[in-house]
Amino acid sequence: MSMINHAAREINCKLVYYGPGLGGKTTNLEHVYGKVAPGSRGKMISLATETERTLFFDFLPVDLGTIRGFKTRFHLYTVPGQVYYNASRKLILKGVDGVVFVGDSQIERMEANIESMQNLYDNMAEHGYDLTRMPFVIQYNKRDLPNAAPISELQSALNPGWPVSDPAKHRQIPDPIHPGELLVSQQDGEWIERASYYEAVALTGEGVFDTLKTISKLVLKSLG
Amino acid sequence: MAGASSWSFREEDAKSIHVILVEFLRESSARTALIVDRTGQMITTAGEPPHFDPTAFASLTAADFSANDQLAKMIGEPEFGSLFHQGEKESMYLADIARRVILVVLFDNRTTLGLVKLRVKNAVSELNKVFESMFSQDGARGEPVESGFLGEAEDEIDKLFG
Repeated sequence: MSMINHAAREINCKLVYYGPGLGGKTTNLEHVYGKVAPGSRGKMISLATETERTLFFDFLPVDLGTIRGFKTRFHLYTVPGQVYYNASRKLILKGVDGVVFVGDSQIERMEANIESMQNLYDNMAEHGYDLTRMPFVIQYNKRDLPNAAPISELQSALNPGWPVSDPAKHRQIPDPIHPGELLVSQQDGEWIERASYYEAVALTGEGVFDTLKTISKLVLKSLG
Repeated sequence: MAGASSWSFREEDAKSIHVILVEFLRESSARTALIVDRTGQMITTAGEPPHFDPTAFASLTAADFSANDQLAKMIGEPEFGSLFHQGEKESMYLADIARRVILVVLFDNRTTLGLVKLRVKNAVSELNKVFESMFSQDGARGEPVESGFLGEAEDEIDKLFG
């Protein structure tokens, strides 16, 4: 729920990084924290266990500056990935404007990815939000590892697409990030839309800002 | 609903809320009053300006309140309408407003918890009225951002996130 504060002339948007445990959500935020000019970001807050596993959330505010008289800010949150922290995970989704799903590319983590994606859809639905109609980007992390699954496998498991009900969108829409691929396409007579995806190595920062740029632009578009 | 609905906070809302908060601070001798929304965003403050990072404070307040809401449900309460955190010198009192925002009162030993609790009741009821009427009209008063905003914002995103 982005809030337009006309009194303080501020717009705040909430972005949530979701995904399985140890998938790289916190690493994404740490990279952003390290690279964005200190004047454009606030303090990073991590509610973590002693072993640095996220317990409740990480939080990082990033300032876009003043645009048309409005101070515009993104609030970046991560959720705890471990299965048993679902209560905390659900709380963080309250009022979310855009979601980044950070998947772990390792073949061994496929089950955990699928479980977490299902959990994301369930928790969003419990808040009354429809993920297929909101800004949503998928990031396949750890692409540098030798046991990384092929993108096609990750896509069919985690991003198979959802039916497009709006007839105005019944046309092929190319994926601007991956030439030759489509975001909206026809399969067996049915129109299907997929979320945009990025390949990443969050530890080195590869793909981190591409993901953030795309989700923040989608969120701002949804404000209009 | 596709996602969470946006809401706008207008100049005139800010004024009427400020009047209530200032009156409450005067009556209770509390130091600062803040209004935070349940998604973790600071809406407004009154009294002594906070000497901490208000953005971080707002996100933690919302998390605190949400976590306690869940604890309430676990013990069979629909919610905890208010919370109290006691420090040696500084204390905080938090109260739910219209199920959408939180009033946070910061006070020190110039007053007492008893007085704050006594005076906050009236403020909460006044704020409830203001926010409830604000949210009930919200659909009709949507003020989209002005045209040109998106283009400029996208340029800023490209600059900042390289």
